[in-house]
Amino acid sequence: MQAFVKQNALNIVIWALLLTMPFLMNAVGGYTQLGTQVVVLGLAAMALNFLLGHTGVLSFGHAAYFGLGAYGVGLTIRYFEQSTLLGLLAGVVLGAVAAAVIGPLIVRRRGVYFAMVTIAFGQVFYFIAVRWNKVTGGDDGLTNWARHDINLGFTKITLVNEPIHFYYFALFFFAVAVAIMAAILRSPFGRVLLAIRENERRTRFLGINVNFHIWASWLISCTFMALAGALFALQNNFVDPHSLYWTQSGIFVIMCVLGGMRSFWGPLVGAAIYVVLQDYLSSVVSDYWQFFVGLVFVAVVLFFPRGFMGALRRRTAE
Amino acid sequence: MTQLILFNVANGLIIGAFYALMAIGLSLIMSLSDVINFAHGGFLAVGAYLAFTLTPYVGFWGGLLLAPVLTAIIGLIVEKFLISRVYGRDPLYSLLLTFGLAFMFEDGTRWIWGAQSLPYEVPSWLMQPLSQQYFFLTGYRLFMIALVAIAVGGLFYVMSKTRLGLRIRAGTLDLETVSVLGVNVRVLRNLNFGIGIYLAGLAGVLAAGQLGLEPTIGASVIMPSFVAIIIGGLGSLTGTLLGGLLIGVASGLTGVFLPPASEAVIYVMMALVLLVRPQGLLGEEGRF
Repeated sequence: MQAFVKQNALNIVIWALLLTMPFLMNAVGGYTQLGTQVVVLGLAAMALNFLLGHTGVLSFGHAAYFGLGAYGVGLTIRYFEQSTLLGLLAGVVLGAVAAAVIGPLIVRRRGVYFAMVTIAFGQVFYFIAVRWNKVTGGDDGLTNWARHDINLGFTKITLVNEPIHFYYFALFFFAVAVAIMAAILRSPFGRVLLAIRENERRTRFLGINVNFHIWASWLISCTFMALAGALFALQNNFVDPHSLYWTQSGIFVIMCVLGGMRSFWGPLVGAAIYVVLQDYLSSVVSDYWQFFVGLVFVAVVLFFPRGFMGALRRRTAE
Repeated sequence: MTQLILFNVANGLIIGAFYALMAIGLSLIMSLSDVINFAHGGFLAVGAYLAFTLTPYVGFWGGLLLAPVLTAIIGLIVEKFLISRVYGRDPLYSLLLTFGLAFMFEDGTRWIWGAQSLPYEVPSWLMQPLSQQYFFLTGYRLFMIALVAIAVGGLFYVMSKTRLGLRIRAGTLDLETVSVLGVNVRVLRNLNFGIGIYLAGLAGVLAAGQLGLEPTIGASVIMPSFVAIIIGGLGSLTGTLLGGLLIGVASGLTGVFLPPASEAVIYVMMALVLLVRPQGLLGEEGRF
């Protein structure tokens, strides 16, 4: 028992915090929606880190798939079916299909060139969202839709006007997604991804199809990204085209770095820091908060490159 | 109809010339330093606003001459004190650094010069249309094209005929060997960055006269510049120039037939190029 606790201390702390977050947030003067944002953006950052930190591939275009998930759920509920779960599924499928199609075009690129191609591809979806006014609502975003309660037959989950219920709804999907990602990383397939990160050439010489593995990792990463985007849209009952814009991609990357890319939970910690910081900054310097966000980027790169978890691990190692 | 098409092709060429100026600078920096300069659009905005501020004191021509030089000096300082510190580390960090700088530049220009768009005066004789029928051919537009041609021609000359150009080209192929042969690589990268930023500043001044001054002026041209590099082929300056002009014209022509798709079309072109010729039109296979 003691050994179990010691080995899983970090997991236990994280889950305890996540399960009690709405109460903790209210206790320290925050609000439940802030906690939901941490969980949803944390899922997005962890999904990105699956590719960035664990496969070692520089993607700067992940906001596109986050946004596709968001538009998927919004468009489905608005035009086709008043169902939260069906919308969620549609959002995930939309993001996954787009990633699967674009993947083969980009997996041969590496390094900064991969980053440039991914970020440029992301812009297609942004312009579609902004220009296809009639369907997407254009620059004003997709409105006039909202999440619905879920009727499971034996019981009913009320999500409308119940922020705490929605928090646990989002946490459920977060838990499933994170468990799947952890299981994949522990499987032989996941070990291959780590091998690609550590030494791509050597992995190729072992007879492994590196490009296919990068494509698969990209697909997994973008699929969970779309899930996060869909949850984000459901939380706000609104889709903002800026969630697709290239600057948003950079924000997801900084979350990963801020928390620590080499740690499984790092991106979640990074997302939490970012969400709280942004909430604070936008209340203090409302007009120019983006300037300070930029300053945070520069400061992290120059003074804090290992991130929170990296620094923590270093300290405990000493 | 012919006139409408001609009008849009002319417009497209001009926008394409901006993209090309930006893309060539980005490509220079990327080839030698392995850095994607996301702040490139920010430097364009700085160039444009500096020209606006200087014009009352030194006139239009003085602004045209001085603003890009001042922008390049800011670029040299930024490279020296910030960007050069992340060379040799995971490329991720340089991307995040310039990303943060892009945020700071955009809000910084908003802070200093305000969010509303500002008028930028171009001498009126330059703004006259040259012919009644082709009213869109103003002197300023031809002047811009000529200036871009001179800048690109000058750059190609520097790259192919001077020692600095030789060293930059050698550095993009094998920086370590160049360093061992006694070239100060720090200075080389610094100067190369400065050249790229000078082109961005020049594009900024020209854009100020054509598109007007807004803090978001830089953000709107940076992504098409990436596309120009990818289509033209990384490492080939001629290819990048071609890519810039090509997407400008394509975007202009699409504006005639299907206006809402005029922005998205260049990304479709990029996808096609990556599918058929992944290294880009004039790029070499295997470099990236």
